[in-house]
Amino acid sequence: MRFIFSFLFGLVTLFAYSQFQVSGKVVNTFNEPMENIHVHTHGKTTSTDVNGNYTIYNLKEGNHVIEFSFSGYLPYKQKYFLKSNLIINAVMIINETQIEEVAIQSKNSNVTKSQKENVISKSTIERYGSQNLGDVLKEIAGVSALKTGNSIVKPIINGLHSNRVVTLNQGIRIEDQQWGIEHAPNIDINSIQKIKVIKGASALQYGGDAIGGVVLLEPNLIRVDTLIGKTMLSLNSNGRGGSAATSLFRAKEKGLNWNFNASLKYFGDRETRNYVLSNSGNREQNFSGGLSYQLAKHNLSTYYSLYNSQVGILKASHIGNTNDLYNAIVNFQPAVIEDFTYNLAHPKQEATHHFLKVQDHISLTDFSSLEVVYSFQWNNRKEFDVRRNSQNTNAALDLDLKTHIFKVDFQTQKGKFELKNGVNLFLQNNEANPFTGVRPLIPTFSKNEIGFYGVSNYNFNESLVFELGGRLDFSTIEASKYYLKSRWNERNYNEAFSAFIQSEVGNQYFTKPKFNYVNFSGNIGFKKTFHHDYVWYFNVNLASRNPNVSELFSDGLHHSNGQIELGDLRIQQEKSFKIASTVTKSWQQTGFEIHPYLNFINDFIFLKPIGFETTIRGAFPVWSFQQTNAVLSGIDIAFNAVVFKKGSYNLGTAYVNGWDTSNQKHLIDVPPLKIMNGFKWHEKNWYNFKAEVKNEWVFTQNQFPNYNFSANIIQNNQLVAVEIPISEAPKGYNLWHFYSELQFETSKKTNLVIAFSIDNLTNEAYRDYLNRQRFFVDEMGRNFQLQIKFNY
Amino acid sequence: MKNLKNISLALLGLLVISCNDDDTVAPPVTNEEELITTVKVTLTNGSNSVVLQSKDLDGDGPNAPVVTVVGNLLANTTYTGSVEFLNESVNPADNITAEILAEDEDHQIFYQLTSGLGTISYTDVDSNSQPVGLAITYQTNAVGSGNLVVTLRHLPNKSANGVASGNIANAGGSTDAEVTFPVTIQ
Repeated sequence: MRFIFSFLFGLVTLFAYSQFQVSGKVVNTFNEPMENIHVHTHGKTTSTDVNGNYTIYNLKEGNHVIEFSFSGYLPYKQKYFLKSNLIINAVMIINETQIEEVAIQSKNSNVTKSQKENVISKSTIERYGSQNLGDVLKEIAGVSALKTGNSIVKPIINGLHSNRVVTLNQGIRIEDQQWGIEHAPNIDINSIQKIKVIKGASALQYGGDAIGGVVLLEPNLIRVDTLIGKTMLSLNSNGRGGSAATSLFRAKEKGLNWNFNASLKYFGDRETRNYVLSNSGNREQNFSGGLSYQLAKHNLSTYYSLYNSQVGILKASHIGNTNDLYNAIVNFQPAVIEDFTYNLAHPKQEATHHFLKVQDHISLTDFSSLEVVYSFQWNNRKEFDVRRNSQNTNAALDLDLKTHIFKVDFQTQKGKFELKNGVNLFLQNNEANPFTGVRPLIPTFSKNEIGFYGVSNYNFNESLVFELGGRLDFSTIEASKYYLKSRWNERNYNEAFSAFIQSEVGNQYFTKPKFNYVNFSGNIGFKKTFHHDYVWYFNVNLASRNPNVSELFSDGLHHSNGQIELGDLRIQQEKSFKIASTVTKSWQQTGFEIHPYLNFINDFIFLKPIGFETTIRGAFPVWSFQQTNAVLSGIDIAFNAVVFKKGSYNLGTAYVNGWDTSNQKHLIDVPPLKIMNGFKWHEKNWYNFKAEVKNEWVFTQNQFPNYNFSANIIQNNQLVAVEIPISEAPKGYNLWHFYSELQFETSKKTNLVIAFSIDNLTNEAYRDYLNRQRFFVDEMGRNFQLQIKFNY
Repeated sequence: MKNLKNISLALLGLLVISCNDDDTVAPPVTNEEELITTVKVTLTNGSNSVVLQSKDLDGDGPNAPVVTVVGNLLANTTYTGSVEFLNESVNPADNITAEILAEDEDHQIFYQLTSGLGTISYTDVDSNSQPVGLAITYQTNAVGSGNLVVTLRHLPNKSANGVASGNIANAGGSTDAEVTFPVTIQ
């Protein structure tokens, strides 16, 4: 009996002791709910959900301490006495020494409501401090890199690149000759605080022509009183160089804010497993600075950046004709291998980009604002070729591109209804230097555009947002170009375009081709939030892109791939109709994102081989820009899961199929299937130790159009007809990467982070389908990187 | 607000004016310095001379080179030969042979003959005592016909196997000119 009684008593006490719970809501200083905040009390832990809410069950009566913590914020501790269910709310305050990481969490300012934005945080960008924008973007499933060697990297979003991807720096599109496959975005990666990628053209306020997608580079938005600095040094074994970057950031709630950033990059020749990549070094000298002044209703700001780069182009990739190309492909070994050097020889590229922005953000009421922006960009690109006379160090191509952008954006909110609209004026002038001794690849031209847009959102309820937008663009382009009479006739331009001819000079016509375009783009979609944090985005958009200068006017021999490339004045706009959907789920322990899409492109502009032309250098295949109907379909998948307390697993994979429906052929340069597997380990107690092992598995691309051609090659003193195998993709590859870091608190407000990483751990020799130099050399071999970062 | 409007309008006007430099004047024509339009091989033995020429005045344009052969080659004869490279798209024509001579260690000319038509050997050397190929001798064989391919390579590896004796297989470098002449030996 006594036993039973004591048992019952025990049960009651157990019941009594375990019936309490603590719950509450965690917000930041902007009163915005904070997700994933670590909550710890009396041996029990949990994290806050999307709305900042948390609950901890089964707590015993008594005195306890509750602690809230999150990377980048000051930990918050509170004592409490528990004898009934309790609500404890917390406000998280930014830890100023780690303020930059917080920028990612602080504000949710989605550009488009019906399409998922993929975000890359500052800490990830920093890992790529000595690389390029195109390299870091590969972190997002569905984004690949189109490369020319190691230092020229362009993003491919869902299979599309170059002028189909628009990159914006602080809301202004970067105008830096993106028509060229060998032209990387002219931006210093160290000046970027945060990157957002929108896969598609739904961000109508930035233009209606981003058929591939939009890359947004965003500044720091902190408005808390603070002064922070960072100095970072990255040292790399491969290329025997590195980068140094330093920045200072001053923020205030009111008054003057300022920041500046300077960086340097210096690399010599890179190496593959077996040989030196001769003339693959590069340099960069960059500066950027901003000022902003906060008044009661106005936020005035200005920003300037200078990007300066010199990039060596692999010597072995300089070829003269198809014979050289054939030799390079079949020899499978570069023709030029020299000892390592820091020197940059010809061929090389030099680019300078000035970017200036002046802006006034006016708060009209609590719910509406007006933004007036002017920006000026000045891009100079010089390409130096191997000349017959080595004393002649003139550039072979020298383009000066000046762009003025003026825009006004108005934003307002009325109840459940939000409206954004604006006007965009774009004036551009390109000057092709005629004194280079080489016919300019693209001509002198001027381009003027005016665009109007309106985007509205309607919040039916807390879980459903509906979006509708439209944009109208008027543009005109006028070029000044010399055509060889023979080319003008071969292209059959005389019938339709004889009015463009201004005069005759020798065997050339001086012409002024002029074209006008009107484009409409539209966007409709919704975002629906379900229970258990499921979110469904659905978006349909219509976009059109004007032919770029190379598609219209290019006319001549391309030295790095031994082909004659011809533009066509008859080329019209290409029109895209894209249906995209994204389903995401973020639990506390696992999360995933699935993004299937279908992109129908009418009058898709592409290069197609059309025959041969014989010159004094031999016979060359001729590729002409043509238009066809194409469909790009694919799926991007990302998944992450906490495997055990300190270890997490993540997966990213992307598949895209590009199909030319008119010619019943695959599209060229479509990224092959890729699977990224990663495992992360985080040990907070051991100097915030982080380690990551990543496996990058790229499959062989079997879906390519067969553009192989036959040419007469000298073999054994005879001209022999052979097939030039330019179409086949190289074999797939599998790489391992490693990353680790330790963080030391050097004082209350400063810390030192030391990171060590290895890329291509097994020193694999491989080639990549999306590298323009795949015919000549292997990809870069193993690289050890040491990064020292001091935050103060 | 009104001020702002005025300022922005003024700015807009300024931009339109500054960007609309309506130039009806044609910009200068680019002088094509790197172009080779003409390759001319002259073979002489006493009073017998043969000139093989390939000329392409529109450079990378669509027109094919015009190949002309003046004179007949005789069987079992030794010819002294020279080759000339010109850019005739400019007036006066650029003498590219002189440029090659000035940097002869960075250039080599290769001659490939259909087998049975004889042998071509180098008679000049650069500063490193390696052949250049601007001066040659051609020893013809018996009567026959075929092709002669003349190739100008920039930055070849002259010390690679066989290159000094005229074998192009391991030469590397980039091709600045490659022309094919029909050859008939009478």
